[in-house]
Amino acid sequence: MIEIKNLTKKFGNTKVLDDISLEVKRGEILGFLGPNGAGKTTTMKIITGFWSPSSGSVKIDGIDVVKNSVETRKKIGYLPETVPLYEDMRVYEYLKFIAEIRGINKGDIKGRIKEVVNDCGLSKVLRKPIEELSKGYRQRVGLAQAIMHEPDILILDEPTTGLDPNQITEIRDLIKSIGKEKTVIFSTHILSEVSATCDRVIIVNNGKIVGEGKPDELAKKAGSKELIYVKIKGPKNEVLKTLENMDNIEKASVKDKETDEIYGYEIEPKAGVDLREYLSMTVMKRGWSIFEFSKRSMSLEDVFKELTK
Amino acid sequence: MNKEYLKTIYCLFKKELMSYFNSPIAYIFIGVFLVVGNWLFFKSFFLIGQVSMRGYFDLLPWIFLFLSPAITMRLWSEEKKSGTIEFLLTLPVTDWQVVWAKFLGALSFLFISLLLTFTIPISMATLGNIDWGPVVGSYLGSLFLGGSYLALGLFISSLTKNQIIAFILALVGSFAAFMLSAEFVLMGAPNFLAPILKFLGLGSHFYNIAKGVIDSKDIIYYCSFIFIFLWLNVKVIETRGWK
Repeated sequence: MIEIKNLTKKFGNTKVLDDISLEVKRGEILGFLGPNGAGKTTTMKIITGFWSPSSGSVKIDGIDVVKNSVETRKKIGYLPETVPLYEDMRVYEYLKFIAEIRGINKGDIKGRIKEVVNDCGLSKVLRKPIEELSKGYRQRVGLAQAIMHEPDILILDEPTTGLDPNQITEIRDLIKSIGKEKTVIFSTHILSEVSATCDRVIIVNNGKIVGEGKPDELAKKAGSKELIYVKIKGPKNEVLKTLENMDNIEKASVKDKETDEIYGYEIEPKAGVDLREYLSMTVMKRGWSIFEFSKRSMSLEDVFKELTK
Repeated sequence: MNKEYLKTIYCLFKKELMSYFNSPIAYIFIGVFLVVGNWLFFKSFFLIGQVSMRGYFDLLPWIFLFLSPAITMRLWSEEKKSGTIEFLLTLPVTDWQVVWAKFLGALSFLFISLLLTFTIPISMATLGNIDWGPVVGSYLGSLFLGGSYLALGLFISSLTKNQIIAFILALVGSFAAFMLSAEFVLMGAPNFLAPILKFLGLGSHFYNIAKGVIDSKDIIYYCSFIFIFLWLNVKVIETRGWK
């Protein structure tokens, strides 16, 4: 449905997007994950035809978004990150304008606005000027605008920022229900959101795709890795050095500090190795003591941190 | 150019025109325009004692010089500043359609203001015999002159996020374009340049039409002037995201 090939975007000499390729299937909810400035918004601006790419192409149902922008825009509903709305218009007036410009038949406009207003919970503010709306309502108006023409593709740039927890749940439910029939791409930097709503996750960093997969797959991949947390009494630098030089350890780092003598360390062992016994023996041998010992599996959050370092 | 293309322009145009009247600025604008115009004109009208609108249309280019930039200053700069440009230009519309809609919206607003000054010739017709030729010509010329100011102002508005800058630059630009053909400029210009400047200036064509002589040369001149700046406007919009 959406086909992105070798997409690159440069501003002067800085590459904001660097050779991104990906495909999105019909009916898929795709989560775009990445730190701020990773290139999520830029990708969306290019798909929607607002910006043109420096090189590479985006095709929607085989139609190029640069060469035949008007056609591809008809298939897309878009909610930009900043939720730009015409402040001086009233909500109803605005929705009517959207319905008209989206080419909805004159006779159907009223009915369609009613449906959208119901879906997005806007009936209370229909007569209000947009400038008087709260952040949550603005977001809903933005969403109503995006789904007005029942687009095949919905592109939402951080649709839940600035909302309260109830509103976030509402928007997520809405995304899920729309995503049953339509393709949805949305960006976020909230990880729980991804596992709650997406079929597939793309993690981007510095303009490149650094990870891809189903949320549970990614978590599973991460879950096979374990992290050991251990609190040791002993001279910090020496302990760290010892830990780093042990066999079967990928990484060791200081996590926190209790007193000048007692530090907590986080250790990532090589996959499939149970280090506990060996570790405690080593520490004892050196005459230090262990105060705390725990093991946890890597979360999606750790994967994200690792990939976007 | 098919029906759907025009329908989209019409739809955008309606929104543009509506947005003028959604804010009190439109009413203040029309009020000031009518009061200042009528007051300046009638101040000398009874002294001269002639049933002619010449005095009014001598003033009009100068009033327009301030009012046109006020109409156009926010048209693009506000969209840029508030980010609505991103929404607008991801609708299934072309850049040309948006530029046409904005221009026609501004022109219609100016036309409505101009329509309200029609009380002057009507009241004058009750005072004596009025020569309608120059009056109609002057109105037509005003519309073309205003349209040229607006096209220029719209283009300048697309260059900046700041409305005040857009206003001032449009004012300066319009003034320069109008004065290019003024007497004292032509006198000071070298001989070979004078006729070219006379043709290029917005003012000389206005006074031609205002005499009631409608020459295709003047009409073509104004249409080209407007078209060139609308075209430049589209080019500026196309370069978004190049930074």
